[in-house]
Amino acid sequence: MAAAAAAAAAAVARASKTSTYSQETRSALSSTSNLRFPSRPSFPIYPSFSRSTPEPLLLSTSPRAAVTPSSPSPTTFHGPCYVLGDNIDTDQIIPAEHLTLVPSKPDEYRKLGSFSLCGLPSAAYPVPFVPSGAASTPFPVVIAGANFGCGSSREHAPVALGAAGVRAVVAEYYARIFFRNSVSTGEIFPLESEETGIWKECTTGDIVTVDLDGSWLINHTTGKEHRLKPIGDAGPVIEAGGIFAYARKTGMIASASTA
Amino acid sequence: MRRWSEMAWRRMESVWRKRGVCDKIEKGGGLRHGRERDFAQSKLETKQRFSRRRSKVWDREKIVIIPDHYIFTSDERANRNVDILRDFCTEQNIKYYYDIKDIGNFRANPDYKGVCHIALAQEDSHTCNAGAFGQFASGIGNTDAGFVMGTGKILLKVPPTMRFILDGEMPKYLLAKDLILQIIGEITVAGATYKSMEFVGSTVESLNMEERMTLCNMVVEAGGKNGVVPVDKTTLKYLEDKTTLTFEPVYSDDCARFIQEYKFDVSKLEPLVAKPHSPDNRALARECKDVKIDRVYIGSCTGGKTEDFLAAAKVFLASGKKVKVPTFLVPATQKVWMDIYGLPVPGSGGKTCSQIFEEAGCEVCVSTTNRNFPGRMGHKEGQVYLASPYTAAASALTGYVTDPREFLL
Repeated sequence: MAAAAAAAAAAVARASKTSTYSQETRSALSSTSNLRFPSRPSFPIYPSFSRSTPEPLLLSTSPRAAVTPSSPSPTTFHGPCYVLGDNIDTDQIIPAEHLTLVPSKPDEYRKLGSFSLCGLPSAAYPVPFVPSGAASTPFPVVIAGANFGCGSSREHAPVALGAAGVRAVVAEYYARIFFRNSVSTGEIFPLESEETGIWKECTTGDIVTVDLDGSWLINHTTGKEHRLKPIGDAGPVIEAGGIFAYARKTGMIASASTA
Repeated sequence: MRRWSEMAWRRMESVWRKRGVCDKIEKGGGLRHGRERDFAQSKLETKQRFSRRRSKVWDREKIVIIPDHYIFTSDERANRNVDILRDFCTEQNIKYYYDIKDIGNFRANPDYKGVCHIALAQEDSHTCNAGAFGQFASGIGNTDAGFVMGTGKILLKVPPTMRFILDGEMPKYLLAKDLILQIIGEITVAGATYKSMEFVGSTVESLNMEERMTLCNMVVEAGGKNGVVPVDKTTLKYLEDKTTLTFEPVYSDDCARFIQEYKFDVSKLEPLVAKPHSPDNRALARECKDVKIDRVYIGSCTGGKTEDFLAAAKVFLASGKKVKVPTFLVPATQKVWMDIYGLPVPGSGGKTCSQIFEEAGCEVCVSTTNRNFPGRMGHKEGQVYLASPYTAAASALTGYVTDPREFLL
């Protein structure tokens, strides 16, 4: 997983991902125009990503943090969700055979995205997370049970999800290394639900909104709202685009321009 | 910064120095850290951020890099990744880089160290293996690894410690794998998430280093941040010919607090397996005697050590029979491979493991492993039972999950 977090090349890949994602988001929204939204008044909002700032310049110049300090932070993620159970391990998220793909190379980053969650047993998960032949997923939000991301330390797991267009995962809790990799790479927001078992109340394809600021998961299809634990201080690291960008931004390491 | 304020910026260097062992081992015995993915990470960092600014790694003598996973393969992308790693190490003048020179045959690489887990922070979830030496060792991802390589720092939260007190004489049909499967079955695959697991007690003291590695290797299967066995005379003895440097072991003292304590009377435990599809799906081996199996694998970083093969050989020797299902034996390192062909098995009249394995009809490959999630060992519908080398060997002989006492008593 190399270098996913490392801003540079992954950022290029990310920039293209972001545009793909926004289109999908729009179609998801339009398909639900007949749904009634519960109480969130601020909805619907098109997701705004600091990452949609053109980033290819990072390759040749400064890290993301240096160019996006004043960009708006992402606050909501909206679209159909993909629902998983407990103990989804990294071999199911991205099988080992795909680990030779280096995320810093844009084409390989996209390929990783196309393989994300392809290790799920198809009997239990008949809906493919990434449709055959597609590079990204129609599900920008993943909802799971306990211990999401257990198993290996492969950073390809959060990277593959991010590359496929996932913006946030909502689980009861995460395996430590997966959580850490999500934050370090800035690929996805690993959010925790206050309640347990919300994955049992959601169905793949339900239209949901993740509201980062308010710490809510709103399921528009069922009309239920689920409280999330605040992402807390991991949030700025993810927003910055990962640990390198964050460390530069906060002066923990020298920024590119001063080094 | 509430959450992160607890996280201390720790100087890796000072921890290494304090823990001592790692530094010495790497210099004395060539133990290693890293792999091609670190490498790829490093390359990225280097090419796209550091090298433009002529950046260097934090300390060329304190970073140990070993290509592993996807090494002996014709896969072009995997080979490319090793090439990138080599370029990076050359460019950075990394002192301890253990190269792969002949991908066609692992035996042609005298420097190749295999899959090893001896480091403080390493891009491999089973880095916690090194806790057997009393080290704090925890798996990290590539980005974190790149950060460590560039800065010598890692953001770590001091974990609360769970203490496991294992007392009693270890029955001769049990191995450390049974102990850790017992513990994971008790606390579940997430029971130690974010926590440190300390193993103490008379049973632990009686374990050799390889068995301690098995214990610590699988703490991540309980979600643990790290596992640790206190340094004792067994540790010091093991390190005797591997380092000439002095080091100072660190121990839990009277002020140490434990958030949970578990006690086990090991003399009462029985051989265990973890049924599909989770390492915490504990069952007695004898309860699974009707489970027919298709193949047996003894290997990986958890079960591919010399002691693991000696244990398997002991069962084959005791039975005198041939295996009934294809049985694959995969040494974890070249040294283990040489041991299999060179070390006489106690009580065998001078036979080596390899002779015993051949007589029993096994194949020595160049995967007892640590995980049985779907797809972990090939097809995602495959069913994997985790077991000790004793139980694995006994099962190979019958074609069913088998309690090794059938052969060892």
